[in-house]
Amino acid sequence: MQKDLFVIKGIEFKSRFWIGTGKYRDFEETARVIEASGADVVTVAVRRVNITDRNSPNLLDFIDPKKYKILPNTAGCYNVEDALRYSRLARESGISDMIKLEVIGDEKTLFPDTIGLLKATEILAKEGFIVFPYTNDDPVMAKRLENAGAAAVMPLGAPIGSGLGIRNPYNIKIILEGAKVPVIVDAGVGTASDAAIAMELGCDAVLINTAVAGAKDPIAMAEAIKFAVFAGRLAYKAGRIPKKLYATASSPIEGML
Amino acid sequence: MNIRVNGEDRQTDSVTLKELLKELGIMRDRVAVEVNLKIIKKSDHDKYQLSEHDVIEIVNFVGGG
Repeated sequence: MQKDLFVIKGIEFKSRFWIGTGKYRDFEETARVIEASGADVVTVAVRRVNITDRNSPNLLDFIDPKKYKILPNTAGCYNVEDALRYSRLARESGISDMIKLEVIGDEKTLFPDTIGLLKATEILAKEGFIVFPYTNDDPVMAKRLENAGAAAVMPLGAPIGSGLGIRNPYNIKIILEGAKVPVIVDAGVGTASDAAIAMELGCDAVLINTAVAGAKDPIAMAEAIKFAVFAGRLAYKAGRIPKKLYATASSPIEGML
Repeated sequence: MNIRVNGEDRQTDSVTLKELLKELGIMRDRVAVEVNLKIIKKSDHDKYQLSEHDVIEIVNFVGGG
């Protein structure tokens, strides 16, 4: 596959499939899946160190931060204060200035609290973070986040872990039309075709965790999505035909008997 | 000295934060540390003197989406 780089704040991204590291059986599987996915960006969460078991393995023993771009998240944060706290701790670890900013507004849907998200984005962008806010599929909010200093916007396709796919492709399309920053679909992808749809719409990348980790064969699914993302991107660049209601014959009328 | 580390009460003879992390067997390059809600930079771990009832949080990266 040929290179198709994109750049955010001076950082070159080689892969348009970004992958989450949650919910795998063990770190060995995590490492194999990431390898199969071809992703160069992996998301991680910030949590307490296990101080009772000193020999417990560390995720970063399996994912080399020199080989992959580590994108810490603020998953589990339900207010601005917590999201800022987790972001600053993530940066202090010294591995990344990037933050996948989540300010969650509702436990059942894990939909973002976009008012809090906007505030946190503004503050963190001013502090020099490269902010990737996880937002809903609202074009107005996407623009507001961009204006607040977001390095990219990450609209959901559907609720996190739901596998419902891209529920509102028209809104994603409108976000793409208005955005001056990259658009990365985050959450909702259930299988390879969903990722292809996101890319065909013109998204710059997709971030996927559960669709891979929850598949019967996560390694095969990672590979399937890698191809789907590539196919979708290529189809977007190729330019699809417009949809219309009636038929147009593919074979000539001329020369018929 | 009585302190609280990652939600658990603990007694320590460590004087500085750096000593505490050594006592806990934690590799400092992999973690971020907060004392009483304030982040203590790695370069300040050796200077930071622990006090009675300090609340310390030590975090690292785990799998997440």
